[in-house]
Amino acid sequence: MSTALATRSPAPASRSRARRAPGTRGRRTLYWIATHALALALAIMFVAPLFFIALTALMTDQQALTSELWPKTWNWDNFVTIFTGSPLLRWIGNTMLYAGLGTAFMLLSSIPVAYALARFRFPGRRLAFLAVIAMMMLPPQVVAVPVYLIWARAELTGTLWPLILPMLLGDAFSIFLLRQFLLTIPKDYTDAARVDGCSDFTTLARVILPMARPAIAAVALFQFFYCWNDYYGPLLYASTNLDNWTLSIGLASFKALHSVQWNLTMAATLLVMAPVIIVFFLAQRVFIEGVTLTGVKG
Amino acid sequence: MSAVLAAPRARRREGLRALVWLSPWLVGFAVFFAYPLVATVYFSFHRYDLFTLEFIGLDNYRYLLTDERALISIGNTLWLVAFMVPAQLLFSLGLAQLVTRLKAGAGFFRTVFYLPSLIPTVAGTVSFVFLLNPATGPVNQFLELVGITGPDWFGDSDWSKPSLTLLGLWGAGNTMVIFLAALLDVPKHLYEAAALDGAGAWRQFRSITLPTISPVLMFSAVTGVIYALQYFTQAMIAARVASGSTDSPGSAFVPGYPEMSTLTLPQWLFHAGFRDYSMGYACVLALLLFAASMAFTLILLRRFRAFDREVS
Repeated sequence: MSTALATRSPAPASRSRARRAPGTRGRRTLYWIATHALALALAIMFVAPLFFIALTALMTDQQALTSELWPKTWNWDNFVTIFTGSPLLRWIGNTMLYAGLGTAFMLLSSIPVAYALARFRFPGRRLAFLAVIAMMMLPPQVVAVPVYLIWARAELTGTLWPLILPMLLGDAFSIFLLRQFLLTIPKDYTDAARVDGCSDFTTLARVILPMARPAIAAVALFQFFYCWNDYYGPLLYASTNLDNWTLSIGLASFKALHSVQWNLTMAATLLVMAPVIIVFFLAQRVFIEGVTLTGVKG
Repeated sequence: MSAVLAAPRARRREGLRALVWLSPWLVGFAVFFAYPLVATVYFSFHRYDLFTLEFIGLDNYRYLLTDERALISIGNTLWLVAFMVPAQLLFSLGLAQLVTRLKAGAGFFRTVFYLPSLIPTVAGTVSFVFLLNPATGPVNQFLELVGITGPDWFGDSDWSKPSLTLLGLWGAGNTMVIFLAALLDVPKHLYEAAALDGAGAWRQFRSITLPTISPVLMFSAVTGVIYALQYFTQAMIAARVASGSTDSPGSAFVPGYPEMSTLTLPQWLFHAGFRDYSMGYACVLALLLFAASMAFTLILLRRFRAFDREVS
């Protein structure tokens, strides 16, 4: 599919511009400077928030009350204080449980469904795919009341299980994305496997899975970070039980709950951001290809 | 002859095979989509507080028309659809255009513009409340330097939604990446031909770029609107942090601070259903949200059907 797309970086418009105005070298240089200066200014504005968050996270309590922007002393202790002053470790544990199990369950259930939707020919195939899209597009709040009542009857409200267990039944967005990718794998591979006597299951495990690794990585990352970032779900099910709070709920209440200053709040905020930023730099390509996959093939 | 006879049986076997493979998802569809949708309609005609269920006909619907906060929340949600979504789309398109024109460091700039869209929503929102806070926030201090007295941002009912829009623009990188891929897919020879014909940059954009990327634009617009209809987390957290309240059990927090200016329809639904336990009434609000997103989803479905024909 579009693996090379996002990494290609020619500038078709500016090249034709150059042809349009041959010889006007000064103008071309000016254009070069203008576009790059604009990009640089925007880039600074995009990064500045992170910069100020980091600076504030390192200030002392007293300095955080002032309008100074540069820390007088670099207070690395803040990152220890947030752990001793709040149940941050517990929140991290709960979030890892939600994101880890949620992602594992999602992969287990969604890959076979996506494979069947992409490869099997059966009556109602199109209808099934439309149902996936409908489910993907449905705002979770629309069905919130009856779904909540199901979990209330199961006596699982107050825990994170209402968010984890449904992942065993497939996730619409992941199914959609995986199916779109699997469609791009030439049929010849599965046909050859069939000729060699592979069953559906071994074809999936031996032929499809290795080829779909980039798409699976993208879906897994998206799911993990969806859970990591999710606020609505934990707020609905787990906020009534302090023991089951996740990082997102904890961070939203952090400043008021622990009556702390912005410095500690920003330190906690950085801590929530850190894994996402680190994984992004390790797996940048996976992210960008995944995003491209969701949008371009619409 | 035998092939003709075997065909329906083979098809039935195919159907059975698909049914087995799809079964987990079919159960999920029934339990978490089909049943709850029907149940939402059923509950909307009842008063239900988790303990007693009482049929009250259209009372919940009538109450909606007199519920001032519901009407305000609908207005706020529509504000986001009308202003935040177009602002985000235009900004993403502008960024993508800019990146295609860069000869040096295009990859670097793409990374920088994309990164903030990955920042966890809660962390990003808490950060923006800090950056924009009127007492010690860096933004107002920079405005001060150039002689402007900055507004109270998340603390001022006139500025709270524009502040949320700024937060949305910071996260525009996701859409930018999609647009960027679409822009790089526009055949180059079209631009070259247009340039030879003397078409300027604007004319090239209007006559070549826009028509070619319009399916992608359309897709992003529709998903953007559906996303705006669900807008919950950022508004809830901005109000919570700016007003200094918590999620703790028993907290009397009512979303919308300041002066209900950030109260969106999903938030009011959440509050009605899971804090006031007026679950029947929450279902009315849910159906309203459903109707709105249904209208936009239908447009999407039509696009996907066209796409499916192309593939199979």
